Amino acid sequence: MSSALLEVRNLVKHYADVKAVNGVSFALEKGTCFGLLGPNGAGKTTTIEMLEGICMPTAGEILYKGQSLGEKFRLEAGIMFQSTALQDFITVRETLQMFADFYPKHADMEMLIRRCNLGKYLDQDNRQLSGGQRQRLLLAIALVNDPDIIFLDEPTTGLDPQARRNFWELIEDIKKEGKTTILTTHYMEEAYTLCNEIAIMDNGKIISQGTPKNLLAAHFDDVVLQLPEQDVPDSASLPFAVHLRQGYAEITTNDINQTINELINGGISLAQLQIRPRTLEDLFLELTGKELRG
Amino acid sequence: MYIKRLFALLSTRNKEFVRDKSAFGWNIAMPVLIVAGFAFAFSGDIGVQYKVGVIHQNHATADAKSFLELKHIEFFPVTNIDKAIASVQHHQVDLLLDAQSQQYWINSESPKGYLLEKILQGVVTSKFIRQSVSGRVIRYIDWVIPGILSMNMMFSALFGVGYVIVRYRKNGMLKRLKATPVTAFEYLSSQILSRLILIMGITVFVYVGTNFFLDFAMNGSYFTLFLVFTLGATSMISLGLLIAARIKSEEMAGGLLNLISWPMMFLCGVWFSLEGANPIVQKLAEIFPLTHVTTAARAIMVEGAGISDIANHLIILAVQSVVFMVIGAAAFRWD
Repeated sequence: MSSALLEVRNLVKHYADVKAVNGVSFALEKGTCFGLLGPNGAGKTTTIEMLEGICMPTAGEILYKGQSLGEKFRLEAGIMFQSTALQDFITVRETLQMFADFYPKHADMEMLIRRCNLGKYLDQDNRQLSGGQRQRLLLAIALVNDPDIIFLDEPTTGLDPQARRNFWELIEDIKKEGKTTILTTHYMEEAYTLCNEIAIMDNGKIISQGTPKNLLAAHFDDVVLQLPEQDVPDSASLPFAVHLRQGYAEITTNDINQTINELINGGISLAQLQIRPRTLEDLFLELTGKELRG
Repeated sequence: MYIKRLFALLSTRNKEFVRDKSAFGWNIAMPVLIVAGFAFAFSGDIGVQYKVGVIHQNHATADAKSFLELKHIEFFPVTNIDKAIASVQHHQVDLLLDAQSQQYWINSESPKGYLLEKILQGVVTSKFIRQSVSGRVIRYIDWVIPGILSMNMMFSALFGVGYVIVRYRKNGMLKRLKATPVTAFEYLSSQILSRLILIMGITVFVYVGTNFFLDFAMNGSYFTLFLVFTLGATSMISLGLLIAARIKSEEMAGGLLNLISWPMMFLCGVWFSLEGANPIVQKLAEIFPLTHVTTAARAIMVEGAGISDIANHLIILAVQSVVFMVIGAAAFRWD
């Protein structure tokens, strides 16, 4: 018998003629923070909703602690959807209490409120919450039953950078408790920071899987030199390929010295030269030819 | 655990409704305004037509026929004598005449009955036997109030439950609940109970409030009336659940709810009696819960009917509640 907390075998979901998920398999050990990455339409949300028990797979098997998803899973899983409406005219405190009452065992409410920094908003109507406050409340709801496994579907989409970083700290806190987390995200930095294992999805399939560092090491042994696009007016005359991306001319190389010499010889100013390592976004582009944020 | 979850959902839904001041206010204001409007519109003498119920019209004596040939009096055949006598008591019929046995009933307190008696005595040559009854006048407002209360319950039940469930489904609230241990049965029970409590509370408030000014006829038992309204509200809430069981679009839900509520409003005898209506319409009306709530409530309030008199309506409402609820729960979708 497998020791995995969650095991997914050949998961398939078809909608009419569309194969949203087409043969996804993986296994997660307890305490893992697993990231599902992919552009819009890759099948991330459909996959995570099947794992959450929200929609039924067309084929395949999902095992939680060695058993099919059932009552035990619903009691031990915490779920934060990509978008969830909260009841109007109900306060944060009442919302948390209602969800807590659904479970025979629930987390210590004071601690949960402190952890998710909701103390100041407890008596505020759900309608009056800002984007960040609302996401923290949704996370608190996902944690209200003190879950063993937590699903976070694009939890920081739409948040400003400060709110996003605050949210990451919350998730780091949860990870420290040894809880298993499954996260989908558009943000590579988020996945790189939070996840100890990631799977990149495209067209309903996992096209690459591993720890972020191992994946990058397996695919790249070079770095990227970045120059402002206007500093490289005649890129065709250079002896290497130049990719124009988001206002920058990017050159990938595994011999920095030689590339810099050739740039100097080409009369290009290096005043604003930046050298960066390869990222998960590069990996995704390499694997699929698509931008992650479709 | 089931009770705790049920209570959590029930309590939150009630708070949501009561705090939504515009919706809550409108639920109270609408029936009060309708009742006040009707009371005002029909406060005067709305006509001088004389109504005479006739028993054994086809076997009328020659003397009785001379009375029945008079113009400007509405004669209508009567088969249920007890009901017709009750109508004389309530001033809904001015005189009841048995054209064969030559006896008549009038309400000793009715001015129109007094005049008709004088006309009858002036027209006929032989002696007609006089039967005198008494009873309080039943105004149109007394007759229409059970229908208005029932109709308000219908709108609150259908739109308050059906529309809300579709909205929750559309905005993902139901999907979030699906991810918890809450079962469809628990959720639907909470919605039914919540709406039932609110409807009954509002109905009692509207009844007491408007009765304070209009002093309705209430000739039956309050318990029986409460029972009818409770079963009627349950049946109509369950119908709302059934309609909303699978729909995702608020527009579609609104269309369907209107499609069912408007015929009910006009075919179920809220505003006028169905006694003279086309038999097909009468049969059609019987499938709607509103017909049974209105008819039973009116029988209690106007005629003083007891539980046994309206047992058929109670049974139909109970059966409809169960059928709508079971089909609605079986067809229910969270997302």
